[in-house]
Amino acid sequence: MSFDPVVRLADVTRVHGDGPQAVHALRGVSMEVAAGELVAVMGPSGSGKSTLLNLAGGLDLPTSGAVVVEGTPLSSLSAKELAALRRRRVGYVFQDLNLIPSLTAVENVMLPRELDGVRARTARGEALEILAEVGLTEPGRFPDELSGGQRQRVAIARALAGERRLILADEPTGALDTPTGDDILRLLRARCEAGAAVLLVTHEPRYAAWADRVVFLRDGAVADSTEATLESAR
Amino acid sequence: MAIRQGLLALLSQGPRYGYQLRAEFEASTGATWPLNIGQVYTTLSRLERDGLVAQGEQDDQGRVVYAITEAGRAEMERWFSTPVAQSDRPRDELVIKLAMAVTAVADVRPVIQAQRTATMRTLQRLTRAKLANTAGPAQRLVLDSMIFQAEAEQRWLDHCEAVLTASPQTQEKQA
Repeated sequence: MSFDPVVRLADVTRVHGDGPQAVHALRGVSMEVAAGELVAVMGPSGSGKSTLLNLAGGLDLPTSGAVVVEGTPLSSLSAKELAALRRRRVGYVFQDLNLIPSLTAVENVMLPRELDGVRARTARGEALEILAEVGLTEPGRFPDELSGGQRQRVAIARALAGERRLILADEPTGALDTPTGDDILRLLRARCEAGAAVLLVTHEPRYAAWADRVVFLRDGAVADSTEATLESAR
Repeated sequence: MAIRQGLLALLSQGPRYGYQLRAEFEASTGATWPLNIGQVYTTLSRLERDGLVAQGEQDDQGRVVYAITEAGRAEMERWFSTPVAQSDRPRDELVIKLAMAVTAVADVRPVIQAQRTATMRTLQRLTRAKLANTAGPAQRLVLDSMIFQAEAEQRWLDHCEAVLTASPQTQEKQA
């Protein structure tokens, strides 16, 4: 079943703390990411980029406004349901990859699926398939034995395993060199073509340029966006 | 302009007709610098005047083949071995515009923001062109060059904004 858009933020505000010390991380942000769309968010540090991503994936809840993932308003979910949605429908790729060093690449990718009750055999099959798709040729290696680019591929594979249609990526190209960074973007782009919605936070213009739309955040609000009328009309 | 030397470089591969030179020039540069056939023939006749190319016989359709001379080869090698000087490049209108805006306009940020969005659109267009490019390494490198330039401009705009936000003078102006 498909919903269009995959994620929608409506007039979202996020305030940390209260009184005179209150920090307004986001001030009334509205945006949507449709299936098949790659949207990049840019802005100086402190502009609210990561807060936006955390809210979109249900890792944090807004002070006011609504976040709707595939037709489900996150505010309507219990903590348990929210955790299930995060596990099943949303894939996260962070700069800090959080790969488990004592598990091999394939085991890292299998882990969230197994936690979700998928049988080990099935999870392994899925993981090997997706690792092949992202171009990792040695799934039996441990994170320490992989290059930065390969580790990032594993993290992406983990984010993609299962039926996840919303991919959230926070600086996924981190410290990678340009050809490797391009490979990562190519992977994300391919997921879009396959019907996923991708929200990418980056400070690198060269990677933001892969997006269908680039949104500029400033002081917690949308300052501008490269709304491509041709693209959105397709 | 590098059309002269560009044509010499193509002719160093062997004799060519004018229309071939035009097609090959565009194939290398990815239609970044479209040439009209008139420019090609004007340039060829100057190169011939300077002894850098020579005309061959007309074929039965009245077309003339051009070939590079020894002097032409030397000129091409000189070109490849000489770096492009910074002063040979045109002045950047955006740099002048922003310098003037800082001097004359109360809040420069809208100027920066408008440019940043426009430059990002250019960068998106170039990136799409690069992904769709199947023409080969010459075109790809030309696109990469434009991508790097747009990216440098984007970084410089971010830098301008950061510097101006921190500057006490701007803060006074906005107050």
